[in-house]
Amino acid sequence: MRYAMAVDTKKCVGCSDCVVACQTENNVPIGYCRDWIVEVVDGTYPQLELEIRSERCNHCANSPCVRCCPTGASHYSDGGIVLVTHDECIGCGACIASCPYDARYPHPDGYVDKCTFCIHRVREGQQPACVEVCPTKCLYFGDLEDPESDVSKVLKKRKYKTLIPEAGTDPQLYFLI
Amino acid sequence: MKEELIVSGRLNEYIDPNLHIWGWEIPLYLFLGGLAAGILFFAALFYLQGKENEYKAAVKWAPLLTPIFLILGLTALFLDLHHKPYFWQLYTNIKFQSPMSWGAWTLMVVTPLSIIWSATYIREVFPKWDWKYRWLYQLEEFFQSKRTEMAWILVVFSVILGIYTGILLSAFNARPLWNTSILGPLFLASGLSAGAALIMMMSKNKLERKLFSKLDLILITLELFFIVHLFMGFLASTQVQIEAAELFLGGPYTLPFWIFVVFIGMIIPAFLEWWELKGHHIPAYLPAMLILFGNIMLRFLITYAGQASRYLY
Repeated sequence: MRYAMAVDTKKCVGCSDCVVACQTENNVPIGYCRDWIVEVVDGTYPQLELEIRSERCNHCANSPCVRCCPTGASHYSDGGIVLVTHDECIGCGACIASCPYDARYPHPDGYVDKCTFCIHRVREGQQPACVEVCPTKCLYFGDLEDPESDVSKVLKKRKYKTLIPEAGTDPQLYFLI
Repeated sequence: MKEELIVSGRLNEYIDPNLHIWGWEIPLYLFLGGLAAGILFFAALFYLQGKENEYKAAVKWAPLLTPIFLILGLTALFLDLHHKPYFWQLYTNIKFQSPMSWGAWTLMVVTPLSIIWSATYIREVFPKWDWKYRWLYQLEEFFQSKRTEMAWILVVFSVILGIYTGILLSAFNARPLWNTSILGPLFLASGLSAGAALIMMMSKNKLERKLFSKLDLILITLELFFIVHLFMGFLASTQVQIEAAELFLGGPYTLPFWIFVVFIGMIIPAFLEWWELKGHHIPAYLPAMLILFGNIMLRFLITYAGQASRYLY
């Protein structure tokens, strides 16, 4: 099993509904977020190109955060989802410094927090909250090893990229372009 | 022109707008750890060479300060933790891929040894010292007979401690400025140089001062070579590394680095020591203080600038 997510940058309108859904579902403290919207404008007016991306933890297959965690609090869970066990985390910040995507933050309670791909929902057969609410249906989630999953099917049809693959992290968040 | 914006307003504390997860605590620890490692390395080395009465400052006096440095350093590390009540998790796990984990275990070996080493010499340094209890005197006698064994462990573990302070940072490939294997040797050389400087400052023996002055000169030359090598490596690498190097080559950290670390912390003291070796009188504290100042600045600037360097996407 290998959980992954695909984000259709052609369909995303940057409404931030995924951000709010995540904050609500996961009780993210006010002022923080586990996912966010990036807008990239490229070119010179009037030849402008716009790419909108809904970003979050890349649940890397070769995660620097898991590697450098001194206590094993950062670990791989079901299907490669990268999680933090709260009461093993000492809040040293090594994983935060090691993440090239800046996807982690220290929770006000002390432990380090990040996107969990809503593992509590996924285990019950539901979609992550961000995928569930997306009004343009631009987020696809599922098991890459299952050829019938939403994410496998869309990655077969479309061109895609990952973010800074040269960082050697083997990211599992795919951006359809 | 390419413009990238986070439009949903991500403003996670310590992450945005620029990463600043590590404040003064980490560089202070890196400095104190490196300094203690330097002193203990020379103490153990010269003890093993049978020079304990010749080089008293190195073997007996300066090590008395190392428990203080290490405990202050550990306190700084503890203060840096965001989830403090769980700090003991460090010592219920060993993760070999995580430098922070084996660094924590190294400190667990070096800190008690530094205390024991100092305790075996404390009555020699302070003749009026009284252990009060008989069993403490017996313990002292036992450890005094084990100095050779302790020195061998210290020689190895002080080098590990010194080099680990650099490896800790170099393991983070997300921060290109840190992600270079030269950082370990650079921090080791700079820790040894700080240790030698402090010993030189405490020494009352001309021969010992001269030896550590020479050692410092060699170590500073080595450090300068590592620094040149560091920038050569960066500039010959990818855009990510080039931009990391530019933080020190025209970027915001240029003046503090080249003036405080290289000029005041290395070139001036090296010149002063060379001048002294030529036979002129230079007060020992002057180059020593400059070296310690340069050392602490190096740790602060590398820690802060590293967090400003990042992958481009």
